[in-house]
Amino acid sequence: MKRIYLDHAATSPVAAEVVEAMRPFYEGVFGNPSSIHHFGREARRGLDEARDTIAGAVNAGFDEIIFTSGGTESDNLAVIGYSMANREKGRHVITTQVEHHGILHAFEHLETLGFEVTYLQVDESGRVSEDQVRDALREDTILISIMYGNNEVGTVQPVEEIGAILTDHQAVFHTDAVQAFGLAEIDVKKLNVDMLSVSAHKINGPKGTGFLYLKSGLTVSPGLYGGEQERKRRAGTENVAGAAGLKKAVELAIEKREERLALYDSFRTAMIQVFDEEGLDFQVNGSSMYYLPHILNVSFPGANVELMLTNLDISGIAASSGSACTAGSIEPSHVLSAMFPEQPERSRSAIRFSFGDGLTEEDIRTAAEKTAKIVTRLTD
Amino acid sequence: MSMNKKAPEDTRVIVGMSGGVDSSVAAYLLKQQGYDVIGIFMKNWDDTDESGVCTATTDYEDVIRVCNQLEIPYYAVNFEKQYWDKVFTYFLEEYKAGRTPNPDVMCNKEIKFRAFLDHALSLGADYLATGHYARVERDEDGVKMLRGVDYNKDQTYFLNALTQEQLQHVMFPLGEIEKPRVREIALEAGLATAKKKDSTGICFIGERNFKEFLSEFLPAQPGNMETTDGEVKGRHDGLMYYTLGQRQGLGIGGAGEPWFVVGKDLDRNVLLVGQGYDHPELYSNGLTAVGLNWIDVPKENRFTCTAKFRYRQEDQPVTVELDGNGEARVMFDEPQRAITPGQAVVFYDGDVCLGGGTIEEVIK
Repeated sequence: MKRIYLDHAATSPVAAEVVEAMRPFYEGVFGNPSSIHHFGREARRGLDEARDTIAGAVNAGFDEIIFTSGGTESDNLAVIGYSMANREKGRHVITTQVEHHGILHAFEHLETLGFEVTYLQVDESGRVSEDQVRDALREDTILISIMYGNNEVGTVQPVEEIGAILTDHQAVFHTDAVQAFGLAEIDVKKLNVDMLSVSAHKINGPKGTGFLYLKSGLTVSPGLYGGEQERKRRAGTENVAGAAGLKKAVELAIEKREERLALYDSFRTAMIQVFDEEGLDFQVNGSSMYYLPHILNVSFPGANVELMLTNLDISGIAASSGSACTAGSIEPSHVLSAMFPEQPERSRSAIRFSFGDGLTEEDIRTAAEKTAKIVTRLTD
Repeated sequence: MSMNKKAPEDTRVIVGMSGGVDSSVAAYLLKQQGYDVIGIFMKNWDDTDESGVCTATTDYEDVIRVCNQLEIPYYAVNFEKQYWDKVFTYFLEEYKAGRTPNPDVMCNKEIKFRAFLDHALSLGADYLATGHYARVERDEDGVKMLRGVDYNKDQTYFLNALTQEQLQHVMFPLGEIEKPRVREIALEAGLATAKKKDSTGICFIGERNFKEFLSEFLPAQPGNMETTDGEVKGRHDGLMYYTLGQRQGLGIGGAGEPWFVVGKDLDRNVLLVGQGYDHPELYSNGLTAVGLNWIDVPKENRFTCTAKFRYRQEDQPVTVELDGNGEARVMFDEPQRAITPGQAVVFYDGDVCLGGGTIEEVIK
């Protein structure tokens, strides 16, 4: 049975070029970038090249890139690190209800430390507006964190517009671009963001690495204490191979962006078309205007999500509910609950298909047909 | 499909895996026999504590380890709502009515072999297997359920409410094996759960204090403890905390034989107590049973067989008289001690479990 992987928003296969880019750092170049000898310099060169390329890719400066272990660490460093380092400027922070848990749980932690958090409500498409941000802003607001594109439903937030209204306010602006990077054009200056998180494994890079863009002049309290790596903002010997892999993944993501945007949009259309042809009762969750095309979140009323996903896996289709699991069983999604507070059924029957490298339109049609067969059987 | 003619590799068996050694070995044996095996963990109860720790998480991790060792897929399914509605609500209602419920019987009937069985069938399973100690035998007349060969572990008592339809789709791979051998198999196969301690008690209470647990859900109404002659001997904490025949926790001292719970007067909220293990109030000659389920439908309305009134009790010879409305009078050859309304009465013919019902009242 050919298996079809439609869970690229969870993680993505590592590109062959990325493996090649990392190989030298597993086969020969092993030095510690902080060492003062030849071996250290070799490693340092790899690390600096990665930092340089990545900085250029998002229109940031060389010293504005902090390597981390991935999206969650970048998010935590931005939210907790910035708030703690700047708490004398104010104790109010703003985010949305639909952030990734790497953000939401960081804000919940801030609440226990005496911060006041405003969680902006989203509309049915999962979006907030710049007006909501403007209304929530206070004199003592120090941080706003609003994701670029949602990991469950793909909805894109008005990041640039929000960034624009903050230019004359003390509050700094962070965006979690983990899902958006590679599909949205990321230019930190154009977006008016002060901090931005990216993870490697969502863009065909290795797991355990990512970066935070931190605008120069801003300070964050470190999450790890130790050596002076990353200018004391992230202690611990650098993951040099990971950084090299991340560099290549970033390059590939930018190179293939236009092509992928069109391809994934055609996948979405194809999948929805098959569902229509098969006469399924379904609802697409998310925004039809502002979306990341690699995520298609669909509710199939009357079908149980656990049963659908298990059936799909048995038929060789890997998809997800997009939300957290406890003891392996699926909890209602906080994103869909925020979008449809009055429709628990809609979130209980929602599946996330997410597209990525290596898929063909035939794969998508096969997967959609198998899905339709299962949904029809389960809702009969 | 009462008789399965498919080859093992074409037969999909879904194993209900708890993360314990029994269901691990059940999955292992089926895999050895060449079946298309899938492991599924059922989450029926949310026991997350204040620190966010939940035993279901560690149990599911054990399921994952074993399934990866066996190279079989694993999934989880959540039946918390069904469990609450069908098992826990019944459990509380029974206590409120002054009876002693058996949630394991109800869980098998409504969750494991109904909600979960339906789930398995809709995943294309031919059979649902569990680590219960019981046997099934299929022939053209249907399915018989037999005691596990390890009489000490036999679990047919808890499975008495299963129907022919349910049993048609059930496999009990451990029925032919004795428990010590199950541990040995797990060790020989190097299964991650080989040395894991068996779980005890009611699943949703676990190791916690029963009284404390129940008090979270039901208001306790303290009252008097009296002898059958009406002499007040002390106070009780709430009738639901006591079981017929219980000796511990009464707090009545004094001379003579120890004191036992011999009855409950619900109307007056009085716990009846008496002296001596063999207090005559504790003995009865028969019982009435309701909600009868027959795996083997009796051919006569009056017949003799053996019965158990509690788990792990020796079989007792009885005469059963059916009233034709799903109820029965069960008369004992020998008087029985501490027959407890709400518990199951289960009938046997040799090793065959005929079915069972719920004890309604005792007959003196």
